Amino acid sequence: MLENRTLSVFTENRVGLLARVTSVFTRRNVNIESLTVSESEVSGIHRFTIVAHVTRELADKMAAQLEKQVEVIKAFVHDEAQVIHRDLALYKIELPRGGGGAILGRVLGDHGARELLREADFCVIEKTGSPDDIAALLIALEPFGVLEFVRSGSVALTRPMKKLSAFLNELEEAHVASW
Amino acid sequence: MSPTLAAAAATGDLVSGATALVRSLVAEGVQTLFGYPGGAIMPVYDALYDVRDSLRHILVRHEQGAVHAAQGYARVSGRVGVCIATSGPGATNLVTGIADAQIDSTPLVCITGQVSSRVLGTDAFQETDVVNVTAPITKWNCQITRACDISEAVAKAFYIARTGRPGPVLIDFTKDAQIELTRFVHQPCVKVRSYVPRAIPSRAALAEAAALIDGASRPYLIAGQGVTLSGGEAALIAFAEKTGVPVATTLLGLSSFPTRHPLSVGMVGMHGKYGANVKTNTCDVLIAVGMRFDDRVTGDLNRYARQARVIHVELDASEIGKNVKPAVALHGDARETLEHLAHLVSPRSHDAWLAEFRACDAIEDEKVVRDELSPASGGLRMGEVVHRIAEATAGEAIVVSDVGQHQMAAARYSNFARKVSSVTSGGLGTMGFGLPAALGAKVAAPDRTVIAFIGDGGFQMTLQELGTIRQTGAAVKIVILNNSFLGMVRQWQELFFERRYSHTEMNNPDFVQIAAAYGIAGLKVAGREALSGAISAMLAHPGAFLLDVTVERESNVFPMVPSAASVSDVLLEA
Repeated sequence: MLENRTLSVFTENRVGLLARVTSVFTRRNVNIESLTVSESEVSGIHRFTIVAHVTRELADKMAAQLEKQVEVIKAFVHDEAQVIHRDLALYKIELPRGGGGAILGRVLGDHGARELLREADFCVIEKTGSPDDIAALLIALEPFGVLEFVRSGSVALTRPMKKLSAFLNELEEAHVASW
Repeated sequence: MSPTLAAAAATGDLVSGATALVRSLVAEGVQTLFGYPGGAIMPVYDALYDVRDSLRHILVRHEQGAVHAAQGYARVSGRVGVCIATSGPGATNLVTGIADAQIDSTPLVCITGQVSSRVLGTDAFQETDVVNVTAPITKWNCQITRACDISEAVAKAFYIARTGRPGPVLIDFTKDAQIELTRFVHQPCVKVRSYVPRAIPSRAALAEAAALIDGASRPYLIAGQGVTLSGGEAALIAFAEKTGVPVATTLLGLSSFPTRHPLSVGMVGMHGKYGANVKTNTCDVLIAVGMRFDDRVTGDLNRYARQARVIHVELDASEIGKNVKPAVALHGDARETLEHLAHLVSPRSHDAWLAEFRACDAIEDEKVVRDELSPASGGLRMGEVVHRIAEATAGEAIVVSDVGQHQMAAARYSNFARKVSSVTSGGLGTMGFGLPAALGAKVAAPDRTVIAFIGDGGFQMTLQELGTIRQTGAAVKIVILNNSFLGMVRQWQELFFERRYSHTEMNNPDFVQIAAAYGIAGLKVAGREALSGAISAMLAHPGAFLLDVTVERESNVFPMVPSAASVSDVLLEA
């Protein structure tokens, strides 16, 4: 079944690896819905969080092809129910005039957003949440006049994952395996 | 200059990055490399001049020739093939061969020059972002911008290229890195943290596989190139003889099992043996060893071996379950796994089952082979030319082929008595591969006869390498199976496009005269009566030789599994 699935890919930190990781998706004509790269809890190891709309079978095959890359350490596939996602969004809106300020305050309160910055004629609002929450706030802010909008890709943590250090230990054991 | 460098300079230990590269190649055991110079790689060529007596550099006529020659060399020697080119067009001319080596698991180290690091990204003269261009078609690649990084990168490149499932690696050296001074220290690479090239199947999986094999009444084994790459030919023979399992090979698995072994049932795939294909869909246990269930092998996957319990012996984990879901996955080296599995299985024979293959062979002989090898009339057939040469060389030659009808004839009608005797472009199907690959094969095995079967189309894609063959004196025997057509495309046009021969007919030059212009001996043969004499003359000639054989213009390769058909529906005639 086609669904959004999250791949957590742990890699060495090296120039050029991003192209190799994305080509595993693009060569199969799979669109990447979102992608973020950051450090992991282990120094020197990077973590790609990739969301793609694919079947579980294809996600597993792509994970195997990701792990085939020399500098990829481990790739995990997670179904939606297994992950906790968060996106970050920033909205720049015109400063409300008259009684608009109070209305804006209520909207932000209802959506769990906060004002990050206020200048003479605009303010910047920050919202962290699911992609749906972020889209809902965008609609709510439309009446005020949205000057700019930007959102991040998803970052995700998973419920049932072993610690990365455990996999690094397993990797070390695999290097010295013998018959 | 750093204090360390200054100290090194004082003791004369400082060398250019180019010299460090060349010394690293020597330290990695490189004896021969194939290349073509140019601006951004000139410091390396200058360093090669210093070692011209100990490190053999073969000057090709086009960089595509360099990479295919390195592939032929690697496939026959079992060593890492090395090719070298300049930046920009030199590097991009390697691309086809790199892609070919990637899909056919050939260990290569490709060295490219690059513009100076100061001008990277500025569209400098002959600048191409070759690391990005080759990322999807290399096992690993990198760019080096500092001389001090060269030796470690070269060691890592060779380690990655030859271990695990082999493949091509590219290192791009900026010109300033080649010129900069460094201290040369070479240490072989023995480990890359994120990369585990070895794998060992679990005891449980081995036991499960052995039980399946012992319980099978119609077991069938398909050997791929993993057998050759692991040096597992003897292990395969021992395993087959103990279990009595009929053995087929893929195109790239040819010569991993002797053609005339009593358990050999020929090649699988689109133009493989009739029995080898149809029995895939009646066997009860299918043992796939070092092969990847390519679509040219399986036809329609939904109708491929659905009745069989599949045991997949494979070193590349991403191939296990990619196309065919195995009942038992043996993630490991083909040779080691076969050796261990052989201890766990019971001696068996399957004479009645093997006889079913022979019954298919009888049908194929009558419908296809007899007419191909001994036609009652008409022009020469590709099969009979290959067959005569196989007889004349007693199956001892290395057979290199290009891509197309002649390739299938070479695969079907050669007799492989010795291991490591077949070199062809399988996965990528690269026309133009044959001639330079044959050159590389001959350089790797100067004492063996190397026959290059090439079509008239493919020959004209890389025939400039006749110049390299002349200059090196490599005694390659070139056999052009010349039908003045792009024969395989024409065959498909005949069978599937209502004989609309769209742009497949060729008005060819006189290939013997072209060879003569390069100082290479040759003969043209058009009739059956002259063939044997011409083959004898070719094999007796001490140097390179070109035999231009005019074959039947519109002959088809059968059997044939049409594209996306089931292997059960293999056609014996149009």
